[in-house]
Amino acid sequence: MSKNLFDKIWDLHTVKTLPTGQTQLFIGLHLIHEVTSPQAFAMLRERGLSVLRPDRTFATVDHIVPTDDQARPYSDDLAEKMMQALEKNTEENDIEFFNLESGMQGIVHVIGPELGLTQPGMTIACGDSHTSTHGAFGAIGFGVGTTQIRDILATQTMALSKPKVRKLQFNGTLSAGVTSKDLILYLISKLGVNGGIGFAYEYAGPAIEALDMEARMSICNMSIEGGARVGYINPDQTTYDYLEGRQYVPKGEAFDKAVAFWKSMASDGDSEYDEIMTFDAGDIEPMVTWGINPGQAVGVSQSLPELANCSDDERATAAMAYEHMGFTPGQPMAGAKIDVAFIGSCTNGRISDLRAAAVVAKGRRVAPGVRAFVVPGSMQVAIQAREEGLDKIFEEAGFQWRRAGCSMCLAMNPDKLQGRELSASSSNRNFIGRQGSPTGRTLLMSPAMVAAAAIAGKVVDVRTL
Amino acid sequence: MTTELQRRQVTGTGIPVPGNDIDTDRIIPARFMKCVTFEGLEQYVFYDVRFDAEGQPKTHPFNEARYQKGSVLIVNKNFGCGSSREHAPQALVRFGMRAVIGESFAEIFAGNCTALGIPAVTASAQDIAALMEVVEKAPSTAITLDLDAKTATFSDLSIAIDLPESSRQSLVEGAWDTTAQLLDKKAIAGAAGRIPYMTWSV
Repeated sequence: MSKNLFDKIWDLHTVKTLPTGQTQLFIGLHLIHEVTSPQAFAMLRERGLSVLRPDRTFATVDHIVPTDDQARPYSDDLAEKMMQALEKNTEENDIEFFNLESGMQGIVHVIGPELGLTQPGMTIACGDSHTSTHGAFGAIGFGVGTTQIRDILATQTMALSKPKVRKLQFNGTLSAGVTSKDLILYLISKLGVNGGIGFAYEYAGPAIEALDMEARMSICNMSIEGGARVGYINPDQTTYDYLEGRQYVPKGEAFDKAVAFWKSMASDGDSEYDEIMTFDAGDIEPMVTWGINPGQAVGVSQSLPELANCSDDERATAAMAYEHMGFTPGQPMAGAKIDVAFIGSCTNGRISDLRAAAVVAKGRRVAPGVRAFVVPGSMQVAIQAREEGLDKIFEEAGFQWRRAGCSMCLAMNPDKLQGRELSASSSNRNFIGRQGSPTGRTLLMSPAMVAAAAIAGKVVDVRTL
Repeated sequence: MTTELQRRQVTGTGIPVPGNDIDTDRIIPARFMKCVTFEGLEQYVFYDVRFDAEGQPKTHPFNEARYQKGSVLIVNKNFGCGSSREHAPQALVRFGMRAVIGESFAEIFAGNCTALGIPAVTASAQDIAALMEVVEKAPSTAITLDLDAKTATFSDLSIAIDLPESSRQSLVEGAWDTTAQLLDKKAIAGAAGRIPYMTWSV
């Protein structure tokens, strides 16, 4: 029988059906970090349970790490406590911890793929909603809460209800200067931030197949912003080429065997889906969010929507967005003056993102009054960027070159907006207060668009720079 | 009869928090997640919409005296969207919430609620509007969510509610704490043995 990748992975990892009707699903890779795991370890201790598969559990520290002064103890006492808790929990339970001394530290969704831990055909869980990122490899990544982390630590399984699968077919090709970030922002603007509730998304079609792995990750990463907990792309030669030679990927003959398994997990040509929707990638231009959720986005050449044209469901949120952002319906998106530019995050903090931003920054200067940051997604991304001289390009242009972490995507470290600052950001959420100031404002866009906004001091179409 | 570990019925007064797409950053801003336990999170629930920069209360249902006894949170669409942080339902529970009723929920949020024994149930937009109106006019109105009958009753009204059958079962049977149900080491080892990559070495 023809099956899609989601169903194949689900069936392969099913332990049993639970009395509630949920499926007990085996988790092949469990990634943990400092924010959502300490309470789960405490629950295990209370129950006298141990970690069942420390060999399938890997840790890193990302949300709270300072990106400037990383000397211990951290100046933020609470951050220091969280770091110590993770050190203790990983050591006591014999879990590999990619800490700052390892040279492999970074955002959990950057290092998983980078180390080759993330592979096609796997189930992957992490206490972080952007675990959908790993779907770019033809894996199924679930963001989970702390109680589920407890379950996975104790049993390497979790209880889940099977979602439906929606195939999103992107025909045509993306225009020059339009990125996968624009594609996913476009999709969310069309389907809404709740459009994917109850679904796993399969991204498919020639426009998706043409993307490199890092571009694919940006798409799967933001599945959750459209309401879909899971998003994936079928593995292909691009996937296998990316993985070959990475630390946790089988070598030699074993690699060939792995590829054969990975190929077998891809959706069959005539697979069935609960829904199929088709888009033309050629319709997409560089996208910018103007509001307080990722669905409130327009093309950079467009004007902001009139409240009268919003659906009944969207109108109240749009009105709240206008009040918070200080924008006016009908005003053009381009030209909005920015205060801060942030390039980084699990959405767009990889080497290709930094390269794209550096192309724009090279030989130019950040506009006066704009604070601009580049925060690599991992220590390995930082090393590669330095080898290519990208750090110099950014610094010469007036960007601050920082160390790896989540940084201003959610501002759990010292990097924050001040007051009502308006930020052009390559991250994934423009929720009120998300970047560390309750009155701060965020415009989501691609890394190249952020670099262009930093140079111009306002939102501009990067293609015209 | 409902034991302590069963959630066949939940009765309480309501707190309406209207608006679609209320995200988890709004429910609990990230800066309050710098903690290694969930203790004390109730102080920070909806913090940035409840308090201004000086810490002075703003207009918000969670600040209103008339709703302080409320334990049934009433919301609109896509409540709890965004991050997977369990800190969000933890903060709500610690503030006193025992159930959430809304038009729809983000999936991870709803799952996190169930895992804590908190029913997150849906109702039609029209019924939610009616419920909010009743509670705003008479905050002491008792609301009873009946997970067997799948109804919410208040005043002289009864509305249909829904939730995933697996969540309903785990709540009514008091089986939302899943660790013990999952801890079948033989079955787990059997499953792992069938998965090709589990035997690969690098």
